[in-house]
Amino acid sequence: MLKDITIGQFFPGDSILHRMDARFKIIITALFIAMLFSADTIIGLIPGIVFMAVCYALSKIPFRLMLKSLKPIIPIILFTSVLNLFFLDGVVLFRIGFVKITYYGIEFTVIMILRIAALIAGSSLLTYTSSPISLTDAVESLLSPLKKLRFPVHELSMMMSIALRFIPTLIEETDKIMSAQKARGADMESGGLLHRAKALVPILIPLFVSAFSRAMELALAMECRCYQGGEGRTRLKELHSKGADYLGLTIAMLFLDATVLVDLLL
Amino acid sequence: MENIIEIKNVNFRYQNADEEDTGVNVLERINLNIKKGEFVAVLGHNGSGKSTLAKLCNAILLPSSGVVLSYGMDTSNEQNLFDIRKKIGMVFQNPDNQLVATVVEEDVAFGLENIGVPGEEMRKRVDDALKAVDMYEYREHAPHKLSGGQKQRVAIAGIIAMKPECIVLDEPTAMLDPRGRTEVMNTIRMLNRDFGITIVLITHYMEEAAEADRIVVIDDGTVMLDGKPESVFSKVSLLKSVGLDVPQVTELMFRLKEQGLPAHTHIITEEAAFDLLYKLLK
Repeated sequence: MLKDITIGQFFPGDSILHRMDARFKIIITALFIAMLFSADTIIGLIPGIVFMAVCYALSKIPFRLMLKSLKPIIPIILFTSVLNLFFLDGVVLFRIGFVKITYYGIEFTVIMILRIAALIAGSSLLTYTSSPISLTDAVESLLSPLKKLRFPVHELSMMMSIALRFIPTLIEETDKIMSAQKARGADMESGGLLHRAKALVPILIPLFVSAFSRAMELALAMECRCYQGGEGRTRLKELHSKGADYLGLTIAMLFLDATVLVDLLL
Repeated sequence: MENIIEIKNVNFRYQNADEEDTGVNVLERINLNIKKGEFVAVLGHNGSGKSTLAKLCNAILLPSSGVVLSYGMDTSNEQNLFDIRKKIGMVFQNPDNQLVATVVEEDVAFGLENIGVPGEEMRKRVDDALKAVDMYEYREHAPHKLSGGQKQRVAIAGIIAMKPECIVLDEPTAMLDPRGRTEVMNTIRMLNRDFGITIVLITHYMEEAAEADRIVVIDDGTVMLDGKPESVFSKVSLLKSVGLDVPQVTELMFRLKEQGLPAHTHIITEEAAFDLLYKLLK
């Protein structure tokens, strides 16, 4: 069950999007989010959604993967749409008892749903098409101006990449500990919320203890391999920006302009 | 031949969490020289101090008294740290806890990135190291999907990419299944034979130690025996008295000898044992 968690999943491939500089992909994702949030009408969302569709088509990522990325947020979408649908004021469409539905409520709800769905599906594309390492490298490179303010940029990206490296290892370990506790009669599937939360304690404590000892050993191994922080480090895969990256960035900017324009005109 | 690691009159004691002296010497008056190109196995049971000894070699631990010279550099001098660790690589027991990156080749490159090797040369050294341990085809895999033996070979590749002259391995096979153990032992032997890398192998498997040129037996913080495998393992009763075993073949020879047969405990390989038994039975 724990193996289903796919944070920052990466699907190796050789599409234009895969080959793009990860720094540009991050900036374009930010522009895409700006598109979604600067739109106040359904029509205003169209450029953003078209942009996302084009990106998906270019990435050659199967359509069902996009749907899969949306699955975990269905409860959130349902919750917010119910709230928006029933509690927004405006021209009343119809009314049952004290529940009323307004035109504005419906429009706003549709915008909400589209916006959240596009947000998740679009930004998932970033991790689908970029390896974790290239992403952490890109974050390090994009944040590097902060180094002047003594912000530990290299350390941050190192932490990110180690965290990514150990997610599967720790998931495996959690599975093992759970089995071990179940074999000793631990009951984790029944009882109320409080009871289940309590049942997690005998899993979390050994997990934390082992995570700390792993951290100690890893630190030692890193020291033995001459790790001394970010100073003077080189890279196996340097990030290189190409013409195509600037082209992609320009296109994303044009789409953002289109969104703003549509919103102004309507 | 020249000594690359010289351990002179070393005592070592750990400090507890409050930085107070524990008062117990883990290592006592150790004198040991490792020669260039040697394959040395360090044997000892749990708590004998053999891992501590390994960590003294590349300045992870510093002696409480005495001197450790690695390639003539004093390990207690902080300025030598970088140079010592470039020359002496270290591989640990748990392969999971020494792999840093999410992709095999990125992990092999980690040490090279740290010492600032330029991109193109790095690519070549990473590929060569992966080919040397026979893991080249896995270069784009995620480490957590590999078997224990494969992970340990990737860890070794990460060390040899840095072109060390000596590798200290601290029980590298302890957490592996028999197949992984064979893979790793073959790799270690190949590094010593073909690359001329000095190997210090900390182990508690007698069969692994038997493959070395020289065995150092550590018991209770002191060097108990030091010599060729044949002569070390021939002291069967002494080894047993400190809770160590001898290879199965040697054990067999020991028992045959006890029964008055003309066997001798210098025999540590299956071939030699076979020859002797064949002669006896003919």
